[in-house]
Amino acid sequence: MNIQEAFDRMDYGPAPESDGPAREWIARHGPKLRHFIDGGWQAPKSRKWFESVNPADGKTLCEIADGGQKDVDAAVAAARAAQGAWAKLSGHRRARHLYALARMVQRHSRLLAVLESIDNGKPIRETRDIDVPLVARHFYHHAGWAQLAASEFPGHGPLGVVGQIIPWNFPLLMLAWKVAPALAAGNTVVLKPAEFTSLTALAFAEFAHAAGLPAGVLNVVTGGGETGEAIVRHGDVDKIAFTGSTEIGRRIRALTAGSGKHLTLELGGKSPFIVFDDADLDGAVEGIVDAIWFNQGQVCCAGSRLLVQEGIAERLIARLRARMDTLRVGAPLDKSIDIGAIVAPVQLARIRKLVEIGRAEGAEMYQPEGAAPREGCFYPPTLFTNVHPASTIAREEIFGPVLVTMTFRTPDEAVALANNTAYGLAASVWSENVNLTLDVAPKLKCGVVWINSTNQFDAAAGFGGYRESGYGREGGREGMYEYLAPVWAHKLPPVAAPAIAPATGEASVSAVETIDRTAKLYVGGKQARPDSGYSRRVFAPDGRPVGEVGEGNRKDIRNAVEVARKAGGWSSATAHNRAQVLYYMAENLDARTNEFARRIMAQTGASLARARREVTAATTRLFTYAAWADKYDGAVHSAPVRDVTLAMNEPLGVIGIACPDEAPLLGFLSLAAPAIAMGNRVVAIPSPSAPLAATDFYQVLDTSDLPGGVLNIVTGDRNGLATVLAEHDDVEAVWYFGDAEGSAAVERASTGNLKRTWVNNGRARDWYNPEQAEGHEFLRQATQVKNIWVPYGE
Amino acid sequence: MAEATLVNLDRKHKRNPGTALHLDWLDDVRVNLSAVERRTATLLTRRTVKKEWQAAWHLKAISCIDLTTLSGDDTAGRVRRLCAKARNPVSPEILEAIGFSGRTLHCGAVCVYHEMVPVAVEALTGTGIPVAAVSTGFPAGLSPLATRLAEIEASVAAGAAEIDIVINRGHVLTRNWQALYDEVRAFRAACGPAHMKAILGTGDLQTLRNVARASLVAMMAGADFIKTSTGKEGVNATLPVALVMARMIRDYRERTGIEIGFKPAGGISTAKVVTGFQILMKEELGNRWLQPDLFRIGASSLLGDLERQLSHFATGRYAAAHRQPLA
Repeated sequence: MNIQEAFDRMDYGPAPESDGPAREWIARHGPKLRHFIDGGWQAPKSRKWFESVNPADGKTLCEIADGGQKDVDAAVAAARAAQGAWAKLSGHRRARHLYALARMVQRHSRLLAVLESIDNGKPIRETRDIDVPLVARHFYHHAGWAQLAASEFPGHGPLGVVGQIIPWNFPLLMLAWKVAPALAAGNTVVLKPAEFTSLTALAFAEFAHAAGLPAGVLNVVTGGGETGEAIVRHGDVDKIAFTGSTEIGRRIRALTAGSGKHLTLELGGKSPFIVFDDADLDGAVEGIVDAIWFNQGQVCCAGSRLLVQEGIAERLIARLRARMDTLRVGAPLDKSIDIGAIVAPVQLARIRKLVEIGRAEGAEMYQPEGAAPREGCFYPPTLFTNVHPASTIAREEIFGPVLVTMTFRTPDEAVALANNTAYGLAASVWSENVNLTLDVAPKLKCGVVWINSTNQFDAAAGFGGYRESGYGREGGREGMYEYLAPVWAHKLPPVAAPAIAPATGEASVSAVETIDRTAKLYVGGKQARPDSGYSRRVFAPDGRPVGEVGEGNRKDIRNAVEVARKAGGWSSATAHNRAQVLYYMAENLDARTNEFARRIMAQTGASLARARREVTAATTRLFTYAAWADKYDGAVHSAPVRDVTLAMNEPLGVIGIACPDEAPLLGFLSLAAPAIAMGNRVVAIPSPSAPLAATDFYQVLDTSDLPGGVLNIVTGDRNGLATVLAEHDDVEAVWYFGDAEGSAAVERASTGNLKRTWVNNGRARDWYNPEQAEGHEFLRQATQVKNIWVPYGE
Repeated sequence: MAEATLVNLDRKHKRNPGTALHLDWLDDVRVNLSAVERRTATLLTRRTVKKEWQAAWHLKAISCIDLTTLSGDDTAGRVRRLCAKARNPVSPEILEAIGFSGRTLHCGAVCVYHEMVPVAVEALTGTGIPVAAVSTGFPAGLSPLATRLAEIEASVAAGAAEIDIVINRGHVLTRNWQALYDEVRAFRAACGPAHMKAILGTGDLQTLRNVARASLVAMMAGADFIKTSTGKEGVNATLPVALVMARMIRDYRERTGIEIGFKPAGGISTAKVVTGFQILMKEELGNRWLQPDLFRIGASSLLGDLERQLSHFATGRYAAAHRQPLA
C-alpha cells in the first residue's frame, strides 16, 4: 500500500499481533501436549491424542492428550495426596500462592492472550483487554479470601478434591473463576478444559507450578466428553463445578445424584436486553454490540433477545443496522477486529442451522454486506426482526453473533417477555429513568442485571443463574461458600430408621372419648381432603395407632404447588410484615406447648420433658427467623467501575421441603421457617413416622395471619411425594431430609428444570444444635443472590 | 467492512442555513455518561493504525489542523512564521522519503485573533489556506452583543474566511435556549460568506447533556462547524465530549440532511491523541468527517509531534524536536 493511496482511502489497514512467542511455546512442549498432573507433564496412559485446531485458518496447532480413566485416576490421586497439606497451610500462605498466580498471569499476559486467541478464535482485543485482566483480577481477589478465610468463614473447611469442567468460550477466564475460589478455600483441583481450547489451561498449570504452586494442587487433564464423565463419576471427587451447556449440566446432575458430591452448574442463557423509550439510544446500540457481538456471541450471558419499546423500535433498529455496518469481522490477531472466528465448524453449522430455521419461520434477517471472510470459521453479525416469543430463534440459545428483536408496549410487558424463557442468567435494562430501572430489575428472573450497561464482570460480584441457567455463584463471598462446608458436616451420623414402619389402610383409629379430628391436607390456607380418598395411620413406637393423616398423592402436590405459585404476594411483602407473622406463629405455638408436647410423646415415645423441650426449641426457632426476616441483608459491592453493584438476596419462589423424622416438629419448622422468612412459599411433606405435629400446626397457621398458600402441608409417602416435587417444573428448589435413597431420588428427579436441591444424603443433623440447625446456611439455601449493576454519573 | 469509500477531497462543505428553534429536539436528548465513557475507552482499543496507514492518517490530520496562535504576545513576525509552517507543514525530505512529495499538503487553516488577520491573509495569499479569526469576545463571549457583532464584521472585512464564535455559556447553564439561538443566529448573519464555527466551551458546560443540547441549538442557529473549546477553559477537547457532539451532528443530519463540521480544540498535542479523534470521527460519522471541510483540529504544538512521527516512519530513527523547523 503506498501512502498516497492510504491517504485517499483512510482505511485502517492490517495491524497484526505476532503469534511467534505463542507458537514457540507450543513447539517447546509439543508437537504433542501432555496432561499436567502432579507438578509435571504426563503422557496419556490412554495413548490417545486429538488435534487442536486454529479456527481462524483451520490449521492444526498441535496434538493434545485425550485423557482416559487412568489419567483421571492419576490426577485425582495427585490432588488427593496434595489436599491435606494444602488445606493445612495458613490462610496467609495460601494467599501468597494466589497472589503469586495473579502476578504470574500479568507476567505472561501477552502470551496467554495470544494463545487464547489462536486456540479459540476470539479477537486479541478481547483476550488482551478483557479475558486476561479479569483472570488476574480474579486471583488477586481470591488471594484476599484465602487471607481472610479463617475469620470470614469460621467453622468451615474445604470440600476436598474438586473436579472442574470448563467451556471453550472463555477458556482461561473460566479456569480462573473455578480454580481461584477452590484453591483459596483449601481444595485441590482436577480441571478439564474444553476439547477445543486446552492450550491456556496447560500453559497456566505450567506457569503456576513454576510460580511455586505445590505439585498436585492443580492438575489439568485434557480430553473430551468421556474424560469429563470420568471426572464426574470418580468416587474420590468431592465436588463437581461445571460451566457449559444446559444439556450436559442435566447429565452431570443425573450422574452425580446420590453420590454426595457437591455440585454447581453455570449453564446456558437467552438473556434479554431491554430498551425503554427514554434510553440513550446510541449508548444502547453500543451496549447491544457488547452484548451479542462480544466473543462472536458465544457467551452464556449474551444479550441475545433485544426487547424494544414499540415507539422507538424503528429508530433503534435503523441505528443498529448502521452500527453493524462498521463492525469488522476477520483475523482474530488483527488488533482492529471486532468479531473473530467461531470456535469450530460444528458450532458454525449450528449457528447456520438456527439462522435457517429463523428465516424459514418468517423472521426478517439483516447482515452487513461482505462482512465476513469467506475462508475460515467466520459468521457475520446478524439481526432478526419480525420475531415472536414462539419463534425457535427467540427460545433457543444460538451461541453465535445472532440477535433477535421483539417489541413491547409497557414495563409490565417488558418484564413478562424477559421472563418468558426457561433460562435466567442475565439481563440488561436501558432507561435514563432510575425509578423505572430499579423497579424492573428485581422483577427479572435472573442472577445478574446490568442497568445501562452489559457484560460487566468482577471477582467481587457473584455471577450465576436462576432457573435452567444453573445454580451456585462464582465470585464474591457467595462464590466462596460453594467451595466450603461446615467442618461438622463430615461427621454427621446416618439417620436412624423409625422404630415402626408406618402402614396405610382405610381403618380408622377413632377415639370414642374425643371427637374425631383426623387431619386432612393443608393447601391454600385451608384443609383439603386428599385426592386419593385414603388415609394413613400413624403409630406410636410400640405399634399402637395414635391417629390418621391424609394420604397425599401427585395431584395434591400439584394443587399445593399451584396455590403456592399464586401466593406471590408473600415474596413482595415487607420483611417487617413477614417477621410479624413468624412472631405470631411462635406466640400461638407457645400457648399450646403442652398439647404439642403430648402429640410428640405419643408419636415418638419421648418423655414429656424431652417433648416439651422440642416444642420450646421450635418456638425459639420461629423467633430466630422472625429475627432474621428483616436482617439478612444484601451487599453493595465495590466493582472497579463508577457504579453501585447491589447484591440482593431474593427468595427462590416455591420450595418443596421433605421434613426429617428426627425431631418431627422442630425439624419441620427449622426448615419451613427460614424458607418463609426469606419470602418463599413452601410445600412441606412432614415426617411420615410422626406427621401429627405438623398437621396440628394447621391451627397455629390459621390463627397467625399467614396468607393462604404460603405454607402448604401434604402428608403421605415422603420419598414418593418428594420425587413429584423434584420433578415439578414450577418448583424452584427441593430440600430433602429423609434417607439416602430419597436424597438420590430427589437429585435425580431435579434435572427437568434443574432446580436447586439441598439433601441430607441420609445423614442426621442435631436439630437442637443451633450450629447445625439454624442460621446462615439455611438463609443461603432459602435465597439466591441477584447482582444489579447500577452505573451512575452526570 | 463498509469503509474504503473514496472521498473527493475537493468536495466543499455546504453551508448550513439553520432551522427554526425546535425545543422538542432538545427534549429527545439522552446521554448516559457511563455508556459514553465505555464507548470512548474502547474506541481506541478496538481500532489502531500501523505503518503506512499510520503515516497516512498523520498526514491527513495535518491537513485538518487549524494551526493556531492565540496569545497576548502575538506579533506580525510570529504570525508570519506560523503561516509559513502551515504552507509547508512537513519538511520536503520527509515527504520525499515516504513517497508523498507529489501531493499538496498544507494545514486546514491558520487561526488568529482579529488583530493578526491582515498579516495572516497576506502571508497566505495564493495558497488556498483560509484564515480563521476567533471572535465575539473570545474566550468568555460576554462583551456587549453589538461589540461582538461588530467584531465579526470587522474580521470578515479584513479577509477572514472563517469565524470561530464563542457562545454565551450562561444561556446553556440557565437553559435559555431562545436567547442562545437568537445570539448565534445573529452571529451567523454577521458572518455573511465566512464559515462559522461555534465554540461551545464544553468545559464550562460541565454535563454531556448540556453539551448535546448546546450543539443542537448552535446547529439550528446556523453554525457550519461546532467546536469544543476555546483552549482557555479548565477542561478542553475530550473524547466523551467529542463523541456526544459527533452524535448530535449525526442527529442533525438525520433530521435536516445537512452535514455539520466538527472541530476539537485545546489539549490535542500528540499524534496518539489526534489519532483517537480521527478514529472517533470515522467510526461515528464515517470517512467524510476525516476531511478538512468537515473536520478541523484546533492545535499548535500537535504539528511538531506529527512531524516527528513521520520522520521516524521515514528514517526508522526516533526524531528530535530541534531538527524540525519551528512553527
